[in-house]
Amino acid sequence: MINLLPLIRNECLKIIKKKRFYVILLILVVLVPMFTYAQMRISERSRDKFNSDWRLEIQQQITDNQNSLSSDRIPEEWKTYRRIFVQQLQYYLDHNVNPNEPSGVTFTREFLDNSVNLFIPLLIMAVASDLVSGERTTGTIKMLLTRPVRRWKVLLSKLVALLMFVSLIVLSVVIISYLISGLVFGYKGFNVPVFTGFQISGDTVDMSTVHAVPQWKYLLMQGGLIWFVSVVVALLAFMVSVLVRSTAASIVVMMAALIAGTILSNMASAWTTAKYLFMVNLGLTGYLAGTPAPIEGMTLTFSMAVLAVWGLISIIISFAVFTKRDILN
Amino acid sequence: MLLEKNVGGPPVVLAVEGVRKKIGRKWIIDNVTFDVKEGEIFGFLGPNGAGKTTTIRMLVDLIRPTEGTITVCGYNVNKHPEQALQFVGSIVENPEVYTYLTGWENLQHFARMQPGVDKARIAEVVDIVRLDQRIHDKVSTYSLGMRQRLGIAQALLGRPRLLILDEPTNGLDPKGIKELREFVRKLAGEGMAVFVSSHLLSEIQLLCDRVAIISRGKVLAVGGVNDLVARNSPYVLWELEPHSQAEALLGMHHGISVLPPDEVTLDDAVTAGMGPNSIVTVMEETLIPEVVSLMVGAGVTVRAVHKINPTLEQLFLKLTEGETID
Repeated sequence: MINLLPLIRNECLKIIKKKRFYVILLILVVLVPMFTYAQMRISERSRDKFNSDWRLEIQQQITDNQNSLSSDRIPEEWKTYRRIFVQQLQYYLDHNVNPNEPSGVTFTREFLDNSVNLFIPLLIMAVASDLVSGERTTGTIKMLLTRPVRRWKVLLSKLVALLMFVSLIVLSVVIISYLISGLVFGYKGFNVPVFTGFQISGDTVDMSTVHAVPQWKYLLMQGGLIWFVSVVVALLAFMVSVLVRSTAASIVVMMAALIAGTILSNMASAWTTAKYLFMVNLGLTGYLAGTPAPIEGMTLTFSMAVLAVWGLISIIISFAVFTKRDILN
Repeated sequence: MLLEKNVGGPPVVLAVEGVRKKIGRKWIIDNVTFDVKEGEIFGFLGPNGAGKTTTIRMLVDLIRPTEGTITVCGYNVNKHPEQALQFVGSIVENPEVYTYLTGWENLQHFARMQPGVDKARIAEVVDIVRLDQRIHDKVSTYSLGMRQRLGIAQALLGRPRLLILDEPTNGLDPKGIKELREFVRKLAGEGMAVFVSSHLLSEIQLLCDRVAIISRGKVLAVGGVNDLVARNSPYVLWELEPHSQAEALLGMHHGISVLPPDEVTLDDAVTAGMGPNSIVTVMEETLIPEVVSLMVGAGVTVRAVHKINPTLEQLFLKLTEGETID
């Protein structure tokens, strides 16, 4: 019978010919220079202010944050966040390491931290959301499913193609942001040490497990985590595109879920069961940097487990529905 | 229901047995049974919403029947789609292909989904549907007729033994329709079974050998087109004067029955040309000269005599008791 490879080739061909991947590259090529420029202005300003002495700058940040701790107008959660931040900055200062050493690699690292929650998932959705619903919107699903191929094979070929493009997108984000920001900040910085392993309990940071890793290694770890997040987002978007007939509806459903996630992350620290929702668990790279999790009790392992369960359930639902459902129109 | 026996004859390619489909609480399809044999053009006739497309979707495993079985070349379509569907080429509703690919890329795409289709075969079907001039253009630039031809090319790729065409003449101009008809006849001549659905009675009558008539999810009749038509005696319309005397004369004549106006199941297009006082009779056409001379002899003026060939339309109206066809 028909094996999977030609089917996967078909699906990849369709994704490329639909120009979805080009659009994603275009978005990156347009947006990354904007972020790079913004970052450049920030570093220029601080250079003027602190005469290029990063120790002064960090010291100033520590003092600013400590001052704000005495204010009554700041909510308790924010104070916790700032206390942790102060301790981490102090650690960098004590070890004479500049956490913001300007370079293309540092920019990429920070850009990845900031884009894992919303930006990269949006790029993933551009491919994943119309993989099945797109075929239903145009009616080509009828042609696809009346060939002598089992339905699960058709769906699996789509899934494999999707995972390949997800990997490609994550890789493109890293490479494009490095190449473009490098023009401004230089292409060096792979061996700059970055501290990781901050253990946060309450508002104190346990420094005993902190260790320095070269920035290239840190970037690799980030990349792995972002790939994992992207795969789970892709699986969820894939399921929605199986369940919903129109691509527009499919995108809206996923967007709403993702945006709800960022809103919840900012306000749900009191509602602890929210930590089982996939959308508050997307910030995996925060665990590497030592950013406190949005909800008490979340750890890297916990978040990865939650995401894995959501991803697995999505796959099961996708296949169960797709292989059984009547194609009525 | 009329069901003919398959005594010997060519092998059955498609067998549909007691198929029913329930959606929600409603039986959308209620007992559909028919066979399609090798080399035969089989018409599937019914008004819009009768269940034609739902039935076709069941034939190609897009919809699972609630009850009954569909067998293609001995394989159950729902249980062994991989085996059964390799004998089937189909266009369900419109020929929907990928508009962002070229015609050739579309065919390559579908060729990868079935065994034994190589480049030479793709070139061959392109040739058959005469798309070779434009095959490397994007489908988004194709006219509807060209997309239809690409759809047929796609259906023919795997050398199917059963070709399913759903309302194939939709959107085609009269020349295209004529070409399609000749094309389908040629395929059937080569031994392919062709299943054609239509809401156009004339289309089925011109094209098909046998027909199943479906209305409201039920197959009302299955049979040879000519057999079904022959079951209806021809109508003869008379415009005679004086009316009452003529009606009495006709009524007395052996072998002629005069229909009261409300029992006339004729298409409006036919009756529109009739004078207000026409008399509708059911009779053999061989009787006409005899009756005309009788009328003339009795001093009745014969203004016009119309013989109306029996059509599926009549049969259909009779079977569905006046449900409209649109």
